[in-house]
Amino acid sequence: MSPLILILLLPFLSFVISGLWGRKYLKNLAGILSTTTVLASFVISVTTAYRYFFVDGKVAGKFVAQYPVDFKWLEFTPDLSIHLGILIDPISVMMLLVVTFISLMVHIYSLGYMKGEERYATYYSFLSLFTFSMLGLVVATNIFQTYIFWELVGVSSFLLIGFYYSKPSAVAASKKAFIVTRFADLGFLAGILILSYYSGSLEFKDIIARYTDSSSPHLQAAISSSFLGVSALSWGLVLVFIGGAGKSAMFPLHVWLPDAMEGPTPVSALIHAATMVVAGVYLVARLFPVYAISCPAALHVVAVVGVFSSAFAALIACTQTDIKRVLAYSTMSQIGFMMFALGVSGYGGEAGLGYMASMFHLFTHAIFKALLFLCAGTVIHFVHSNEIKDMGGLKKSLPITHIAFLLACLAISGIPPFSGFFSKEEILTAAYHHDKLIFWVAVVTAGLTSFYMFRLFFSIFYRGEENTHAQSHHGEGTSSMLAPQIILAFGSVLAGLIPFGKFVTSDGVGLEAHTDWNFSLLPIALSSTGILFAIYFFMKDNDKAEVLASKFGSVYISLKRKLYIDEIYEFVTKRIIFNLIAQPAAWFDKNIVDGFINTIGKATQVFSLTTSVWQSGKVQAYSAWLLAGTLVVLIMCLYYLQLL
Amino acid sequence: MNLNLLIILPLLTSLAILFAGSKNTVRMIALAGAAIQLVICGILLIQFNKYSVGLQNGQMIFESSSPWFSSLNINYHIGVDGISIAMILLTAVVVLAGILVSWNVEKMTKEFFMLLTLLSAGAYGFFISLDLFCMFFFLEVAVVPKYLLIGIWGSGKKEYSANKLALMLMGGSALVLVGMLGLYYNSISETTGFNLMALRSQVIPLETQLIFFPFLFIGFGVFTAIFPFHTWVPDGHSSAPTAASMFLAGISMKLGGYGCLRVAAYLMPEAAHYYSAYIVGLAAIAILYGAFATMMQTDLKYMNAYSSVSHCGFVLLGIGMLTPTAINGAVLQMVSHGLMTALFFAAIGMIYERTHTRTVSELGGLLKVMPFISTVFFIAGLCSLGLPGFSGFVAEMTVFVGSWERVEMFYRVSTILACMSIVVTAVYILRASGMSLMGVIKNKKFESLTDATWNEKAAATLLIAGILIIGLSPFLLNDLITPGTKQIMQNVNRIFTLN
Repeated sequence: MSPLILILLLPFLSFVISGLWGRKYLKNLAGILSTTTVLASFVISVTTAYRYFFVDGKVAGKFVAQYPVDFKWLEFTPDLSIHLGILIDPISVMMLLVVTFISLMVHIYSLGYMKGEERYATYYSFLSLFTFSMLGLVVATNIFQTYIFWELVGVSSFLLIGFYYSKPSAVAASKKAFIVTRFADLGFLAGILILSYYSGSLEFKDIIARYTDSSSPHLQAAISSSFLGVSALSWGLVLVFIGGAGKSAMFPLHVWLPDAMEGPTPVSALIHAATMVVAGVYLVARLFPVYAISCPAALHVVAVVGVFSSAFAALIACTQTDIKRVLAYSTMSQIGFMMFALGVSGYGGEAGLGYMASMFHLFTHAIFKALLFLCAGTVIHFVHSNEIKDMGGLKKSLPITHIAFLLACLAISGIPPFSGFFSKEEILTAAYHHDKLIFWVAVVTAGLTSFYMFRLFFSIFYRGEENTHAQSHHGEGTSSMLAPQIILAFGSVLAGLIPFGKFVTSDGVGLEAHTDWNFSLLPIALSSTGILFAIYFFMKDNDKAEVLASKFGSVYISLKRKLYIDEIYEFVTKRIIFNLIAQPAAWFDKNIVDGFINTIGKATQVFSLTTSVWQSGKVQAYSAWLLAGTLVVLIMCLYYLQLL
Repeated sequence: MNLNLLIILPLLTSLAILFAGSKNTVRMIALAGAAIQLVICGILLIQFNKYSVGLQNGQMIFESSSPWFSSLNINYHIGVDGISIAMILLTAVVVLAGILVSWNVEKMTKEFFMLLTLLSAGAYGFFISLDLFCMFFFLEVAVVPKYLLIGIWGSGKKEYSANKLALMLMGGSALVLVGMLGLYYNSISETTGFNLMALRSQVIPLETQLIFFPFLFIGFGVFTAIFPFHTWVPDGHSSAPTAASMFLAGISMKLGGYGCLRVAAYLMPEAAHYYSAYIVGLAAIAILYGAFATMMQTDLKYMNAYSSVSHCGFVLLGIGMLTPTAINGAVLQMVSHGLMTALFFAAIGMIYERTHTRTVSELGGLLKVMPFISTVFFIAGLCSLGLPGFSGFVAEMTVFVGSWERVEMFYRVSTILACMSIVVTAVYILRASGMSLMGVIKNKKFESLTDATWNEKAAATLLIAGILIIGLSPFLLNDLITPGTKQIMQNVNRIFTLN
């Protein structure tokens, strides 16, 4: 068996060992154990990436998929079976690198951040479980394998959000995250059923091959059978996308992500910023040929949902006051960018620019967003609060974090030459060539992004004086917390220089992307304007922002209340599902169904009580009945014989 | 291997218990008996795998037959295939776990363990019977002791529950009896009698099938909580002592599913096909409606009982769909649900024994004081909501994929409705575990509670091991049962080829 299996196996072993024996025997060693296994996975991933991209990945100038591990796990029918395996192709290798790298950084960071936590070993075992599941997801060869690990990342996310289980808000948030994504997974599952039924296979390679070949009977069948006027193929692809939208917090399934910030901050960095939340993007990218070649309508849905979510989240991010929630909405917005980049892309060659840009943005975003969260963790660790009003003037106390945060903000704002610039620029180019409306919304959103990010930056590190009451006795944190920040800061600056198009494209053929500075001027100008606005409003302690907010009045308040989406959900779940479905069901069962059974019981009882009176045992009564009966029979006989 | 051993050993054990002196001897004998039984079942599995190589698909092996009432052509006829082996193993595991968690039963210990062991004999006998009359006999053996177990060792409104359970199950058996007699008197040759294999090889006229299939299916269906005859489940389960609940939900409900499959669908495939839309409809109702009703339960045992209604719906759904994959899924679900629900009841029993309450809102923060028990509860919950890695996922997905093969709109809609239960299940599982395990400790008395003892840990570990084995390597169980379902499908295919 290929040594690649170790990438998955090592974190899994660490999960089992820390989970079973961590609390009792390993204690602090659990952190070291987990970190070591992730380090090993990272090293194997790097060597794999090197080998794939530079040695043996290309056949005739084109990257092709490799299947080093593949075995049958569960056979449904001779055609349909779940295989578990490892798929090596450009995007899975890229994701292996991202997941193991960010996971490693977060593992190291947590050594300091979670120190002294009572359930330290449990924390690391959950972290290992997540890493294992996420890696299993990205290397999936089979759409059911994706689903399996999809559920597993969901549960590890649930466990980690609810890590501080004695906090009711954490418990509620973990439940919400699981249930909302589960609801979306229902779509995914239905999508799998539809797609696999018509393609006759659960393997990605078969599904893609059979649905992209216009002469294949599978494609014909999937297009010709329709439900409510929409073809089965479109249904399948849109349903699968709903699953992806749930995981990737796309509107309207995003409600769980801001609440998920209840989890420990390193977890937010790993799961809710860099890796798990991009699983939806990855899923669409995995099936991209089918979307692009056979069902552009479904791809258009992806684009519209993506661009809407990105603008929607950016607007809300401008008003939030919880540092992690701002970052959460910014994550949602950036994932929206990745989604619509896929949505506007075509398949192959220059038309596939959007695909490449989306993957590129996924890559750079993972680095700078993880950095932002780790910095936020350090800040929260320092001031013991998530609210920006408790922060301000922290530049002096947290010098390294300050620089790192600034670099990450520049990267996410798309200022050259930081990494976000390159990926975002390519996304905008792709959008420009496909759909002007999407392009304009995206450009404005990019401007908003720099505004809210620098609002955050200035509010934390500049505006006002450092609040000495909240000042913590520990400094900027241990070296294990600082080292990942520094490494990620370098990444945020430099990752954009990677010639990404050479490695990851929609069809495996290298794509030379070049920056067109004339085109870039507008986005750069808008982003810079955003920063200037942020400087004007938030650099110094003043009430300009409040004045502006009050001018907007109800618009501001509705944005701050997150456009009441949570309230709508609450209405639907509490009022409709609980009160109008579940409660009547329980009542019906208790009173009607069971009542019916009980009535039968009662009726039998009454009947037997009544009839038992006849069995009185009194001889006189019996003889009276006998006499009466005889008389009746006699009269009937006489009547019958017409004698009466 | 002599299958009689499977019945003789529990009978001998219960006899030995009857003559044992102290409480300690009683439970040691019961434990030893159940443990040896599990070992024997393991050997049976190994032997089965050895002998079944090279045989025709799904042929019964270790068959033996001896006359019982020869004038009526009733024989004591036994034999096993992969499906029965799976059910027998399930029984052995659940019984052993049940005995372990009842280690500290104080009231009439001797009688308790005796009845429990006797019940298991009934279940083993049922699963190996190849004669309808035999099967019926063992089915009754597996009902009567339950009445006593609930009536004597139960809690809450136990008399009502015991009556209700016994009467409804007896009602079910009565329907089964009518169905069996119908088959008996309508068979072509005199010598067929109640012989399952002989009945299978003849084509029963469609009119006969249409009359008697509902009797058999609903009769067995009552055992597996077919809507609307499921109301014995919540009351029965919640009043029963822990081990009895485990047995009831883990094995008894499977007697029904097994009967529906082995007798009703197997012998009368044409009727099964004819009625399949009704079965599927009822199953889909049970699945979704059961899940919604579960959401509103405040007592942990009621919650799990209603969720059993919902989960057993998958068994009926799989059988009703009549595709090989769906039937495989039904069998997987029987085994999976048996283990999972036994684990759930065990965990609830452990919690109840310590806190003396099962009301969700009175619990809270248990994870802090009893991490082991809470983890067990949570694992059972995750299995119930179909998390990959546990058996529930494998079973449900097999049912879904199998059901999807039926292309008619009605079946598609039913399948989607059934799929929706995975969300509802997540809601009630997370609500219950969130309220009872997480949060802060509401009741100060709970702070001094202790975690699981050795016997409880052993029971939980045994059941979790079963769940994980199926969940992580489903091909083991799948390969075991597939020949059996193929055999059943041969008869079903007969219809499809005719059409």
